[in-house]
Amino acid sequence: MIVDTGPVPNAPSLWRVRLGLAGRSLKQNWSLFLRTRIGILGLVIILFYMLLALAHPILMNTVWDERIYDPVIGFAFDETQQPAPPSLAHPLGTDPLGRDILSQLMFSARSEFLLGLLAAVVTVCIGTMVGATAAYFGGLIDMLLMRLADIMIMMPGISILIVLSALIEVGHLELALLIGILSGFGGTGVVLKSQALSVVVKPYIEAARTSGGGTLHIILVHVVPNLLPLSFLYMMFTVTSAIFSEAVLSFLGLLDVRMSWGLMIHTTESAGYLLQVGEYWWLIFPASLSITLLCSSFYLLGRSLDEVVNPRLRRI
Amino acid sequence: MAAYIVKRVLQIVLTLFVFLTIVFFLVNAQPGDISRLYSLDPNLPPETRAQMQELFGVNEPLWKQYLVHLKNTLTGDLGVSFSLYPRTVADVIKERLPRTLVLFLTATVVSFYLGFGLGKIIAWRRGGWVEYTSTLGGVTLYTVFTPWFGLMMIWLFAFKAGWFPIGKFLDPVVWQDAPSDANTVFNLMLATAVVLSLITFCVFLVTSKKRLGMARVLQAGIIAVSVLIVVGVWLSSGVGYLAWDIVKHMVLPIATLTLISFAGTMLLTRNSMLEVIREDYVLAARAKGLPEKAVRDRHVARNALLPVVTSFVFSLAFAIDGGVIIESIFSWPGMGQTLVAATVSEDLPLAVGTFVFVGLFVLLAHLAADILYAYLDPRVRY
Repeated sequence: MIVDTGPVPNAPSLWRVRLGLAGRSLKQNWSLFLRTRIGILGLVIILFYMLLALAHPILMNTVWDERIYDPVIGFAFDETQQPAPPSLAHPLGTDPLGRDILSQLMFSARSEFLLGLLAAVVTVCIGTMVGATAAYFGGLIDMLLMRLADIMIMMPGISILIVLSALIEVGHLELALLIGILSGFGGTGVVLKSQALSVVVKPYIEAARTSGGGTLHIILVHVVPNLLPLSFLYMMFTVTSAIFSEAVLSFLGLLDVRMSWGLMIHTTESAGYLLQVGEYWWLIFPASLSITLLCSSFYLLGRSLDEVVNPRLRRI
Repeated sequence: MAAYIVKRVLQIVLTLFVFLTIVFFLVNAQPGDISRLYSLDPNLPPETRAQMQELFGVNEPLWKQYLVHLKNTLTGDLGVSFSLYPRTVADVIKERLPRTLVLFLTATVVSFYLGFGLGKIIAWRRGGWVEYTSTLGGVTLYTVFTPWFGLMMIWLFAFKAGWFPIGKFLDPVVWQDAPSDANTVFNLMLATAVVLSLITFCVFLVTSKKRLGMARVLQAGIIAVSVLIVVGVWLSSGVGYLAWDIVKHMVLPIATLTLISFAGTMLLTRNSMLEVIREDYVLAARAKGLPEKAVRDRHVARNALLPVVTSFVFSLAFAIDGGVIIESIFSWPGMGQTLVAATVSEDLPLAVGTFVFVGLFVLLAHLAADILYAYLDPRVRY
């Protein structure tokens, strides 16, 4: 017979033990992460663009005149011809409509981050729930969800978004939701389900069930937290695809957005400067390089997290 | 095997129906109906509008419209394009589908071999500068902003160096007094390519059991001879210079598409190889004194191939998307460029028709990849 004698005297409280364990595993994972190097590179690039995004409102309020530097409706009165080459006042020059490229670049960085974050959160919420429910219930629900996932995986995302943009007005918010749904019910859901399958057979799930835990409680409290590391990893890959899709669609002129990196290249193209890469490099390189760099940095971060999270890839 | 294929085909057919249903309801969820696109004029008398609606069948109940839509799509009646007016959508697609097929298939096959071969090599040199540069280069190519990359390729190799034409499918000057039209020549080229790849496939199938060095020599010999024969036939046919013009236009888009899609395979092969290297049979193969190359190619790479093929199936949609972007950058008149152009000009029948075919294309590619997978891995033939 077990008698509850109350807390053991002098024992550290439960949350302190948990905190200590979390701290230790964080430290261990961080040193593993440091060893991958490519992840650090990714992190540095992301931080750089974050700083750019944060600096924009500050600069607009202090140094930059709104009439000249506004990313959408500004006009560089101080230049005699547009597009103007880089100068001290306009470090990256101006675009064919006389707007400051650096300001556009920094302004768009913020919306790229927001778009990526929103798409990633939607994807992971849907994907985790799909994975956990499919693995927990099995049977008919599992089959329906996985066949749905098959369809989603087969869908060519960019082509769908192109067709959808002909049918509805697609802005940043709609784009994030669409990407989230496509990848949450598709690839991410499948991967998380395979992880959840190994979670639902653990003894503590059985224990929770025998002690009367409800279905929702078990899924949310016991299954989902064990999927979080992998979910976090897939957030990174979703950010990459969200930023990429946004850039391609707005480059093709199909998105309903005020300013974005893709739109900057679209402006260059419609003004006819696209093949004058040598003479007007500042119209093409800053935006394209930013898209490429930010996409790759999230991807690099995801890959090095994969080496931390995935035991089979760890070095012996 | 046969039962497995039948099961997959049934699943694909079911998926196709779901896909067509989604497309139908997406288009139907729009405010108004398609007759409005024809009759934007506000002065149009109501009788004419009603007549038009009857003509298009949009006054029928929804389920009836849905059945008609299914029947029309399955019989290939996709309506009339707005932007290319008297041509039907089916006619436009018939002309452009082969062009996309060539672009996509060539790039996919080449990038798969390239990615697998390079991935094998970098997995064998873990930790060195080779690994870091190839990983960085691979990730950059994988996530590069495709339109910009295509543009850089055009600028460097077509605009500055002048080695290749800037986009488009053919040079009208060359084709001025051509004895036959572009589609005929192109379809003949397609047939040649199919024959050549069949020969290559058979050669690999037959020689795969031979010793490594012997197999290499045999493969290279037979393939070189058949390529020579094909080139000879084309040169003597009289339309060789026309085919050469198309080939010149093809090189740059195919190279670009290959470069952006091989990196994924390469990185995955590396990871998969690293997992297989730890297996006991690899240790055994080394212990019995096999040369490193034989261990790598015959013992590790063979087993590392399976997850690569799985992800290859998943990445087909990615490659098709890449194709859509590349086609519109290079003005290559295929399905992708048609899709974008139709969307921009709000040519709804053409956009939807193209989209249905792109979907169908992905489904078929999946089916092919699944069958290939079942052939490679006996365990999935349940």
